[in-house]
Amino acid sequence: MNGHDHVFDDRTPGVEEHEPSASYLSYTAGLGLAILATIASFIVSQTDLLWPPGIPAGLVVLAFAQIGVHLVFFLHLGSGSDNTNNILALAFGVLVVFLVIGGSIWIIANLNENMTAMDHMMQVRH
Amino acid sequence: MSMAAIDTAPTAVRTELVPGRGGGGPASKRTVVAYGFWIFILSDIVMFSCLFAAYAVLSGNTAGGPSGRELFNLHNVFAETMCLLLSSYTCGLGALSAERREPMRFMLFAAVTFVLGAAFLFIEVSEFAGMVARGAGPGRSAFLSSFFTLVGTHGAHVTGGLIWLVYLVAQVVAKGLRPAVLRRLLCWSLFWHALDIVWIGVLTLVYLMGAR
Repeated sequence: MNGHDHVFDDRTPGVEEHEPSASYLSYTAGLGLAILATIASFIVSQTDLLWPPGIPAGLVVLAFAQIGVHLVFFLHLGSGSDNTNNILALAFGVLVVFLVIGGSIWIIANLNENMTAMDHMMQVRH
Repeated sequence: MSMAAIDTAPTAVRTELVPGRGGGGPASKRTVVAYGFWIFILSDIVMFSCLFAAYAVLSGNTAGGPSGRELFNLHNVFAETMCLLLSSYTCGLGALSAERREPMRFMLFAAVTFVLGAAFLFIEVSEFAGMVARGAGPGRSAFLSSFFTLVGTHGAHVTGGLIWLVYLVAQVVAKGLRPAVLRRLLCWSLFWHALDIVWIGVLTLVYLMGAR
């Protein structure tokens, strides 16, 4: 009866609904992958393994990979239909985050581009 | 008899109403509580995104003061990252033990999580103190203002999480692992995992990109 209920319930955020041994395994797998991604980020940032101008892009890719690992293995967000609400809320959050960060960087970079006179004035004043 | 009723009745429902879109009636209290807290966490992450945006825009404006390359010690940052990551892991195992009604195991994992979180905070606070002692406090430049705001807000969240954890352990001791306490634990573990996700952003944008 209880097992049957799960089929019709929404998925609870942060809860793994498998057998417990699978959950321990899931957390441990997540930890391993996250440590790998972290070490890879440190290596990429400290060496010239990647083409130097591409390092920031590489770091961003690794960060997103690690965030994905955390979401799947620690927060147990999957793609099943019982997870639709959780994923939709997450998608909206991600949209706002991208608008705020991407928009700010874009707008301010544009302003800086058109403000070379300001840079010049600073140099004159010093 | 009841088995037959369970097997036949819901299949008709399932074709019309998918779980997550009303199928099977209202969700359990546990799911509703965790979903509400999930929405709060996402709003908290949106708040962090504003601080990230401010840092990304201001990180170059050092006003003649020290830059990230001079200030950041990546050995400390690596230790901080590992503390937080391992505490996220033990937090997950602790939540699992609580679900399985194993209070002693839960206490053990909660203690390890607390120690790792406190170690993270200790490293962070000593890093901040060292920077302020070198004259690189939040008032020095726009870069440092945005740095202390972003990293400090994350640290404040970690502090709040640790206080919350102590409070929850006290509840487990006083009330046992009953459903209401389990729901609070679930919210706390979501919060703690979310803090680790925010730290990935801090690590990448502030430390790894800034120290190059």
